[in-house]
Amino acid sequence: MWVAIASITMMFAGLTSAYIVKRSQPSWTSFEMPVIFWYSTAVMLASSVTIFLALKAFRERERSKYRQLITATAVLGVAFVVLQYLGFKEIWASGISFAGAGGGQFLYIIAGLHGLHVLGGVIALVVLFFKAFSTRFRNYNPVPVEVMSTYWHFVDLLWLYLMVFFMLLQ
Amino acid sequence: MSQEVNLNDQVGAMTTHEVHHDEHHGHHHKETFITKYVFSQDHKMIAKQFLITGIIWAIIGGLFSVMFRLQLGFPNETFPFLENILGKWAAGGKIQPEFYYALTTMHGTVLVFFVLTAGLSGTFSNFLIPLQVGARDMASPFMNMLSYWFFFVASIIMISSLFVQTGPASGGWTVYPPLSALGDASEGSKIGMDLWLIAMALFVVNSLLGSLNYISTILNMRTKGMSMTRMPLTIWALFFTAVLGVLSFPVLLSGFILLLFDRHAGTSFYLSDIFLASTQKALPNEGGSAILYQHLFWFLGHPEVYIIILPTMGLVSDVMSANARKPIFGYMAMVGSMFAIAVLAFLVWAHHMFVTGLNPFLGAFFVLLTLLIAVPSAIKVFNWLTTLWRGNLRFTPGMLFSIGFVSLFISGGLTGIFLGNSTLDIHLHDTYFVIAHFHIVMGVSAFFGMFAGLYHWFPKMYGRYMNNTLAYIHFWITLVGAYLIFWPMHYQGLAGVPRRYLDFSGWESFNQFDGLNRFISIVTIMVFAVQLLFVFNFFYSIFKGRRVTTQNPWGATSLEWTTPINPGHGNWEGEIPEVHRWAYDYGKDGRDFIPQTEPISANESPESKH
Repeated sequence: MWVAIASITMMFAGLTSAYIVKRSQPSWTSFEMPVIFWYSTAVMLASSVTIFLALKAFRERERSKYRQLITATAVLGVAFVVLQYLGFKEIWASGISFAGAGGGQFLYIIAGLHGLHVLGGVIALVVLFFKAFSTRFRNYNPVPVEVMSTYWHFVDLLWLYLMVFFMLLQ
Repeated sequence: MSQEVNLNDQVGAMTTHEVHHDEHHGHHHKETFITKYVFSQDHKMIAKQFLITGIIWAIIGGLFSVMFRLQLGFPNETFPFLENILGKWAAGGKIQPEFYYALTTMHGTVLVFFVLTAGLSGTFSNFLIPLQVGARDMASPFMNMLSYWFFFVASIIMISSLFVQTGPASGGWTVYPPLSALGDASEGSKIGMDLWLIAMALFVVNSLLGSLNYISTILNMRTKGMSMTRMPLTIWALFFTAVLGVLSFPVLLSGFILLLFDRHAGTSFYLSDIFLASTQKALPNEGGSAILYQHLFWFLGHPEVYIIILPTMGLVSDVMSANARKPIFGYMAMVGSMFAIAVLAFLVWAHHMFVTGLNPFLGAFFVLLTLLIAVPSAIKVFNWLTTLWRGNLRFTPGMLFSIGFVSLFISGGLTGIFLGNSTLDIHLHDTYFVIAHFHIVMGVSAFFGMFAGLYHWFPKMYGRYMNNTLAYIHFWITLVGAYLIFWPMHYQGLAGVPRRYLDFSGWESFNQFDGLNRFISIVTIMVFAVQLLFVFNFFYSIFKGRRVTTQNPWGATSLEWTTPINPGHGNWEGEIPEVHRWAYDYGKDGRDFIPQTEPISANESPESKH
């Protein structure tokens, strides 16, 4: 997992450094971060807290609590993606599109790719969710949940980084 | 050479009943066939799948080079048979200019990515990592299988791009925008380019899935006693290769994603205010930077050449040590220099861009960092030569190819020092000097390393030997041919002959080389024919080769030779052996070799400081 994280980090490092290079080029236009992205950041942070608690609950063998928390995390993940989409719609409506030059194009692609990674995480969460509710199998191996939690914290941190990056470098 | 023959005679004496043995895997009932040969999760079978797919790609990629060498060597002749194969792309028996570019583009793409990355790393990482570290299989056999099938789908898509009406991608293997981003600018930038990008994206997925597996297997699944510093150098090399792949391919992918958006969504990442002659219109885009793509591409592109050459460095080290009957010289220096190469690989990408408008001040740093790579490379060459020095050499085909590798690596490496200087690059960039340099140092020498590995580990893969006579013919013609093809190109390059032109006959400054070009083309065809001989030898030996009768035919120390001659899924019957020493105890205490599995005895001389 850590290796995969390093790999994903490199992809976003590549993209954000492309952004920095491109920013110094002529006819660069900046853009405003939509307010919705603040809400999505809050949602993402909250989901990190729930998955942290879920892992704790799993380790303490509190299955019902674990089930609730993992469900909450998955729901928050979906909410995040929906909010991102609404945010995209808002900036698209404000006139920043694929035409011309500007940071907005990067925002769509970078945040869009991040959204895809979150969706991938949501799918993994749904798998965990069904496993948690399966009555036939009882599994006390904490590794899948640990890996999931690591990945989830990573996409959270990645989003925080992107948020700060886009705000500082307009 | 006599020693080697003796060695093989001993093994070969009892294998005369061989000939009547039919190929037997057609008889398996269907389900076994599919799980064993098609959707296999056994790392050895996946390695063979990568290998054979790689061989098919190498034939295709090599054939492309024969075709454009025909054009370069004989620009005024017509070859009607080309029209039979290529149809309208070679109307009247002459390769059309657009298709010439497609040929060079696909030659580069196929050989760099599909043969020397997937075919090489895919084969040897999959085959050797579990066998040499002492694991039953990869960390995730399923992911490993997925990795191959992503490669397979990428291959199918790339092949299909050859058959679309507007032809395959033809903007050079680096597919620089704006040419590659504008379908109106070139036929090859239409659907062929999209297929290229999709195939390459799938290829990146294949590479990431594979590399993740290699890294976790090496870190977590070593057998008891196999500390990191007891691993054979092959494993170290494959480890660094996988790390490079994991860190650099995603950056390439992000470059491709931006390119796809530029092509189809109207964004201006790479496209700026351009007026297109073909449509007589100005593009709506503004402010894009084509240099940006080059940064993203070469941030992968440079590590990519080490992804190609590092595995062969490992293979060569092991083949050489086993056949010189001497420990590898400077084990830790070898590991350290590979580490240094892996780090520097990420810091030199802009030396591919000295003349693209890069800030010359920045260029100075990249010159320095580029020339620094000469240090670890020289350490490695020194260590190989000192391993050979006063060794008890057995000139097996694998050993010959290892020595050939070192020779080519030196020749090609020296011209790298020329090219690493940004000032010399003003004259040398985009000439045949560059072509000669990278073909020798990472093309042919990587192939030599790969052949060394194949001849050496073929008995482990298929339980049979390859034919030695054919192997010696293969080696000598390939070695001499490689120098005859690429050595003259240095002179052409110094004279300023540019790459990617299809006809120099009407060009006063360069048509003095017409005879030389014809010579190079003839040698190319001969070398290509010898490679087909190798392919014949390979497939013939799988079914009809002389059988291996001993577990350890080369007298090597590493773990793969402790498995049964035809290991099943799981590699070892019973317990996985424990490791007690490093992989290079050759000629110690008067013994020819001591396997890694043998405990250190009380009166043994102390372990050499490696």
